[in-house]
Amino acid sequence: MNTLATEQLPTPGTAPGVELRALDTLWFQVAGTVCNLACTHCFVSCSPTNHTHEMLSLAAVERSLAEATALGVREVYFTGGEPFLNPEMEAILAATLKVAPATVLTNGLLLSPERAARLAALAAGSEYSLDLRVSLDGWDAESNDPIRGAGTFDRILAGVRNLAAAGLNPVLTVTDVCREASSDAGKERFFALLRGIGIDRPRLKVLPVFQIGAEAERAGAYESWQRLRAGETPEDGWDHLQCSACRMVTDQGVWVCPILVNEPAARMGSTLADALGPFALDHPACWTCHVYGVSCKT
Amino acid sequence: MTERERMALHRGLATWGERLVPLADFRRAAAAAGRDLSPEERAAALRAATAVLPDTTPVEGPWSRIAVCGGIYNNHLGLAALLDDAARRGAEAVYCLGDLGGFGPSPEKVWPLLLQGDVRTIQGNYEESLASGREDCNCGYTDPRDNHFAAVSYGYTARHASADFKAWMGRLPMRRRVRVGERELLLVHGSPRRINEFLFASTAPVPFLETLLDRNACDALLCTHTGLHWHRRLPSGRDVVNVGVIGRPANDGTTAVWYALLDARPGGGLAVELVPLAYDHPALAAEMRREGLPEEFVETILTGWWTTCLEILPARERALSRY
Ligand code: SF4
Ligand code: SF4
Repeated sequence: MNTLATEQLPTPGTAPGVELRALDTLWFQVAGTVCNLACTHCFVSCSPTNHTHEMLSLAAVERSLAEATALGVREVYFTGGEPFLNPEMEAILAATLKVAPATVLTNGLLLSPERAARLAALAAGSEYSLDLRVSLDGWDAESNDPIRGAGTFDRILAGVRNLAAAGLNPVLTVTDVCREASSDAGKERFFALLRGIGIDRPRLKVLPVFQIGAEAERAGAYESWQRLRAGETPEDGWDHLQCSACRMVTDQGVWVCPILVNEPAARMGSTLADALGPFALDHPACWTCHVYGVSCKT
Repeated sequence: MTERERMALHRGLATWGERLVPLADFRRAAAAAGRDLSPEERAAALRAATAVLPDTTPVEGPWSRIAVCGGIYNNHLGLAALLDDAARRGAEAVYCLGDLGGFGPSPEKVWPLLLQGDVRTIQGNYEESLASGREDCNCGYTDPRDNHFAAVSYGYTARHASADFKAWMGRLPMRRRVRVGERELLLVHGSPRRINEFLFASTAPVPFLETLLDRNACDALLCTHTGLHWHRRLPSGRDVVNVGVIGRPANDGTTAVWYALLDARPGGGLAVELVPLAYDHPALAAEMRREGLPEEFVETILTGWWTTCLEILPARERALSRY
C-alpha cells in the first residue's frame, strides 16, 4: 500500500456524500502502520519505523467487535502493516471467529509451519470461514523483489507453502503493478505457480493500483479533474464503493475506509456509533474507487 | 529511494497524504476530525442504523405445511420428483425461490410443471436477466474458466426459453411473505437486500442474520442462490434456511438434490426439515449430453461434485469440496 498523492483537501461541501447503508465489513488496522517490509507501492506507506497508527490490543478489538455485532456486522478484515507482527494476533482471530468470518491480509513472511498449523486449527474450530490473503507482485524474484524487497519472493512462497501444507488455501493478491496480471494468460501463470507448490485449487485476486506515492512519481499524480463533484451521483447510487458498507478501526479512532487512513480528515469519530453518518468523497482516491470499482475485499 | 531508506523513513514522522509531517501534527489533526457523539446520540444512531425497513409485500397463507425449493436450473425431472414428494408428505403449497434456468437441458419443460403444480415462484437473478434481455446471468465471476461455463450455461437457456416464458418470468414477484402457523416467513432469492447476495453458512454470521431479520420484520428467512442448503436457528428463536437447489447436487459426492419442508408446530413454533431428493439423474445426464451441454456439467449430475463456478465458495465450504 502507498502514500496518496494529494494536495490539500478541497472545500468541504462540494463533493458528493456517501451514506453507510449497512456495516457489512469491519476493518482493523491491527498492526497499525508497522510492517517488516517497505514496499514501493504500499499505499499506507508502511515500514518498520512508521508509527502513524499503532498496533491494536485484543481488548480494543473486542470493544469494537461488540459494537459491530450490535450493528449486524457480516465480516471482519485485518490489515496493517503486517498483522502477524501483532503479538496478540492469533488471540484476536480466535475472538473474532466466535462471532464472524475473518480475513487476514498478510505479506506471508511470518507464516512458519507452526503458525500455519495453529491457524488451520482455528479455521477448523470455527463455524465461520477464515481466509488468508497473501500479497505477491510477480511470478519470480526478478519481478517481485524490486517492489516488495530483496529476497521476499522466496520467503513469501515458503509462507504460502506452509499454509498449503497445513491444509489452508490462501488467496494470492497481485496488484496490476504487475502489468500482465489482469490478463487471462497472466492469471494462468500465477495459477501455474501455485499449482507448482501443491495448491491444486489456486485462488487469485488482482487489485488495480492507485496513482499514489511511488506510482504517482512514475506514472503521474492525480490531476485536478480527477475528483468527484456534487451532482455526479450515478443513477444506481454509490453502492459499488466500499465506504457504503465498511468502516476501519485503528488505534487513532474510526476511519471511513481502509484506503484513507493517512488522511486525518477521513477520521469519523472515536466509536463505530460516531461513524455511521455519510462521508464526503473529497479525496482523489475516491475518484479511483469510483472509476475502477476498487474493493479491498476478497 | 533505496529499500533501506524506505525502511527508516518514518522515524518520528507520519505520512499525511503525500507529505511527511511530525507524528504529533498528524495525531492532533486526526483527533480534531470527526465527531464524538453523546451517549444519547450514539444510542439514537444505532437505532437508526438497525431500524425496520418498509415493506408492503402481502402475506400469503396461513399454511400448516409448505415445501420450498431453490434453483431448478432446467432440471424438469428434479422438479417433477419434488412435486410428487411434496404431495406425498402433505405440503399444502409449493414455493420456488427462483433461478429456473441455466446448467440443465430444455428450459421450456419446466414451465408447464410450475403451472400445473401451482408453484408460487419468485424471481432469481436468472429470471431478472432473461426477462430484461441481459447478456449474462449477473453472477459476476472473475475466473476466466468460471466465466466461460457461466456464459455457456446462460447462453443455452437464453436461446431455448420462449419469449412467452421469459415474459412470465419478468412478472414474478421479487419476494413473498408467507404465514406458516403463527410464524411469518420472508422468501427471497439471494438475500432481502440483493437478489444476487450469497448467504453461505460460513459467511452469514449470527449477528448479521439477527439484524437482517430485525430490519425485515420476519420470523424466518428463506433463501437460495448459493446452491448449498443449511439451516441456522438463531439465539432469538428465529430461523434462517437456505433451502439449497433442486437443479444440481450439493457438492457433497451424492447425487441427491435438496429442498425444505416447513411445518407449523403446536404452540406457535416452526419445524424446519431439509430433505434430500432422489430423481432420475441418469436420464437428466443423458438429455444434457443429447443437448450438447458441457461434459463438466454432466459430471456434476453423475458424481455430486461441482466442477465449475467454485470461486463463489467461501474458505470453509471450499475446503469440503473435491475441486
Ligand atoms: S507488506 Fe503490505 S503493508 Fe507491508 S509495506 Fe508491503 S504493501 Fe505495505
Ligand atoms: S477512498 Fe474509496 S472507499 Fe475510501 S472514502 Fe473514498 S471512495 Fe470511499
